[in-house]
Amino acid sequence: MTALGHVAISCSNLRKQFVLRHTRSMKEAVVWLIKGRKGDLSKKFLALDEVSLEVRQGETVALLGLNGSGKSTLLKLISGVLQPDGGSVLTRGRVAGLIEVGAGFHHDLSGRDNVYLNGAILGMTEKQIDEMFDSIVEFSEIGEFIDTEVKFYSSGMYLRLAFSIAVHTDPEVFLIDEILAVGDEPFQRKCIAKIKELAEKGKTLFVVSHDLDLVSTVCERGVLLEHGKIILDGEVHDVVAELRSRSAEPH
Amino acid sequence: MAVTMVDIPDELTRPGKGRGLLDVYDHRFLLKLLVRKEIKVRYRGSVLGLLWSYVKPLMQFLIYFVALGIFLNLQRGTPNYAIYLFAGIVLVNFFTESLGNATRSIVDNRDLIRKIYLPRELFPVATVWVSAAHFLPQLVVLVGACLIGGWSPSILQLTAALLAFILVAVLATGLGLVFGAANVYFRDSENIVDMILMVVTWASPVLYVWTMVERVMGPWYWIYQLNPMTVAVEAFHYAFWYPTLKDDQMATASMPPDLVTIWLPLAFLISFIVLFIGQFMFRRLAVHFAQEL
Repeated sequence: MTALGHVAISCSNLRKQFVLRHTRSMKEAVVWLIKGRKGDLSKKFLALDEVSLEVRQGETVALLGLNGSGKSTLLKLISGVLQPDGGSVLTRGRVAGLIEVGAGFHHDLSGRDNVYLNGAILGMTEKQIDEMFDSIVEFSEIGEFIDTEVKFYSSGMYLRLAFSIAVHTDPEVFLIDEILAVGDEPFQRKCIAKIKELAEKGKTLFVVSHDLDLVSTVCERGVLLEHGKIILDGEVHDVVAELRSRSAEPH
Repeated sequence: MAVTMVDIPDELTRPGKGRGLLDVYDHRFLLKLLVRKEIKVRYRGSVLGLLWSYVKPLMQFLIYFVALGIFLNLQRGTPNYAIYLFAGIVLVNFFTESLGNATRSIVDNRDLIRKIYLPRELFPVATVWVSAAHFLPQLVVLVGACLIGGWSPSILQLTAALLAFILVAVLATGLGLVFGAANVYFRDSENIVDMILMVVTWASPVLYVWTMVERVMGPWYWIYQLNPMTVAVEAFHYAFWYPTLKDDQMATASMPPDLVTIWLPLAFLISFIVLFIGQFMFRRLAVHFAQEL
């Protein structure tokens, strides 16, 4: 890690609480109010507890932890999808993510229309998409099917196109949740190469993955979360080793 | 590792804190694509495509003309009744489609809202634009019918029609923001809106004439007039139906007094207040959309 820039992501004392509400009807809420708010209409669950974290420009950070440790919640707070209940998140520049590949796809539109729609959803301008279009299609290996409706695509083609759009969005901060690579093995290798290329270009990467071997090759820094708290922050191999020893222990 | 720092913004920003409807303007390219998507998807796999948008209102107009105008002989009380009715109906259609779809827009786009941050106002606003695109063919049919009926509007009347259309769009956006946001928390919202939409057709002088209401309400008639939809429908009558009447017919058919001078500006004021409240409520509720959906 050399010549790192300004702070790209700054989280301080982040707290996020989820309300597990069971009701979606006004009737039940009114009944609950009339009964003098007896009983709990909802159950609460603390997903993140006083999380403070600073990521500098150009850092590649792997967010590690077992299921339910709050990794995805942290990612959503950074992307702005969720708002914290306490503390604050600050980011510099455009943040975009491979959060859910293909979330903005519409089955009845052609691949071409979906490139524009999804690109715009991920924050690209019309000009950027125009410039990137050929590169997106080439990377996805969709070829002549680009003008076919997406519903006729095989699942591999679908994922390849979606992934290709996402890696071409060119944000300053890249959030990646679980999907480092899609498709068959040659394509997966291409995905990894592309992500490494982004890291080399000085993009800030923030990766959540359960593929520990893979993240250790892509990232330099590791952050370990457990029950919504950061318990270790350091060199990625150390953190991966710590996670492995923790998950080996019987609870 | 060399870090290139080109065009990197100096300030740190808080993610997910938007400026509401102003952000929609910044995302107008995405808005355009969302609107285009809806229109494309609506006519997928149909041979006639967009032509259906013209055929349906044309059919509707012919039914009114024959069944209501001639068979029920409503032409006798209200000259050019079919045009009178259709002018009101197209505007009410625009309102009901906008508000109904805007109410569902947030819940319908939950997959996107849960995963990617976008100004959420985009979705209700896009539905209003889509409805406007569906309104256009109906307007064409209306103008066609008016021209056959000898329509010669003044500039003032055309301006009133344009203003009435904007008025309805503002009102539908405002209410759409309120109910779209509320729908995330309570799905009852959709049913409340369905009820409002049922009432709207009858709470404005679409099927009857405003003088019938005035006769009943007397000095309280102004309450009826406070409904922006009533004013908008009357402005449409003023622009499309009134100029098709012959001189002797104009004597029997009158427009509400002070329509353009007082009621139209007042309706705009009310609609903008609704829009303002809608935006305020929406922003308060939008904070928790992703976790509530």
